[in-house]
Amino acid sequence: MSRTLFRLIYTKPYALAREGIWRSNPILTAAPLGVCSALAVTNRVSNGIAMGLAVTFVVMAASMITSAIRNFIPQRIRMVTYMIIISTFVIGVDLFFRGFFPDVSKALGPYVALIITNCIIMGRSEAFASRNRVSFSTLDALSHGLGYTFTLLVLSAFREVLAFGTLLNVRVVWAGWTNWVVMSMAPGGFFFLAIIVWVARSLQREVEVADPQMAGAIATATTIAAAAPGAV
Amino acid sequence: MTSSLSIFFATILTHNIALTYILGMCPTIGLSKNTKTAMGMGISVVFVITLTSLVNWPIYNLILVPTGSKVLSLLVFIVTIAATVQLLEMLLEKFAPALHSAFGIFLPLITVNCTVLAVSLFMVLRDYNLFHTLVFALGSSIGWLLAITLVAGIREKLDLIGDIPKGLDGAGIVMVILGILALGFMGFSGMVDL
Repeated sequence: MSRTLFRLIYTKPYALAREGIWRSNPILTAAPLGVCSALAVTNRVSNGIAMGLAVTFVVMAASMITSAIRNFIPQRIRMVTYMIIISTFVIGVDLFFRGFFPDVSKALGPYVALIITNCIIMGRSEAFASRNRVSFSTLDALSHGLGYTFTLLVLSAFREVLAFGTLLNVRVVWAGWTNWVVMSMAPGGFFFLAIIVWVARSLQREVEVADPQMAGAIATATTIAAAAPGAV
Repeated sequence: MTSSLSIFFATILTHNIALTYILGMCPTIGLSKNTKTAMGMGISVVFVITLTSLVNWPIYNLILVPTGSKVLSLLVFIVTIAATVQLLEMLLEKFAPALHSAFGIFLPLITVNCTVLAVSLFMVLRDYNLFHTLVFALGSSIGWLLAITLVAGIREKLDLIGDIPKGLDGAGIVMVILGILALGFMGFSGMVDL
């Protein structure tokens, strides 16, 4: 049993998954990407989950296609190519939400369309999918999307409990609770994201002292994230 | 229903695109280290947003709507934005090299900035005519410039004092500053109606 576990842990898919979900988590590591939508739609848990799943789907699909045609994209127009691929899938997701989940679509509003400009998807296409095989790119995209969804889940759970006293519309606070409505608006989002980033970075730093490979991962994530938006 | 003056002031104060709609955060976190860089980025964003919304409005209302292809509007907007920014960069390089070296490095970053696409999307959502679009674009981008310059100024002063907790370095402290600013700007609500 432990031999299978040993063999499982030292495979590339596990490394990719661990990288995307925790060690290079797009929002929580040194260069936060995709914070615009993270702050704006996390006032309720249902919105947060919907946005997280939408971004995960788009980043997976876009990475798959980008990786499949990576050898045929001319160097000068690669950013526009990624944008065309991403926006096609975002249009699909937007129509899907409008058709099957209209109240979620109304709650998310224009932020579904703004998934196009979400730095995570562009960053993954540029840094990973344009250089690696389809299978690894899909796994990498999936793990980054799941890391993003996990962060959104935590953030929106805190904000919804404090602002409305409910969790997925189920009341979880005691009778004398006053709602901190400011938590559902912009300032609450900012403060809470700061707290979550602080906690995550402190946890990661403790591991960094004990695990030099982790420090390397953080450094890689920072350089990739710095290179991604600046390269056209 | 809404006059241009109220749109202009509302987008700067009560519906600030950075502090109320929480858009354009990535450059705010990355480029608000000092006031000079922040002003440079902000002014480039003013140019790009005004130009691209003035280009997107006729494309939407004169090409997309009459042919019934509104569903493609996202794709068309983003490609127009990328093309306009590229064109602007090439023109600047050729005809105003001083200006190009001043804020040319920010231009590729602005293409993926949420703010640019968001202004075009709001223009579609609220069905503005051309003049209202111009006022909305100018107001939103000046509001963003205001927000990022305020954050940069506060951050400069904080750096002089030092003593920021290690986990909050970088993104965390910018979030806290933005939160306090957003709370402050909430005091403007009710002043102008959009």
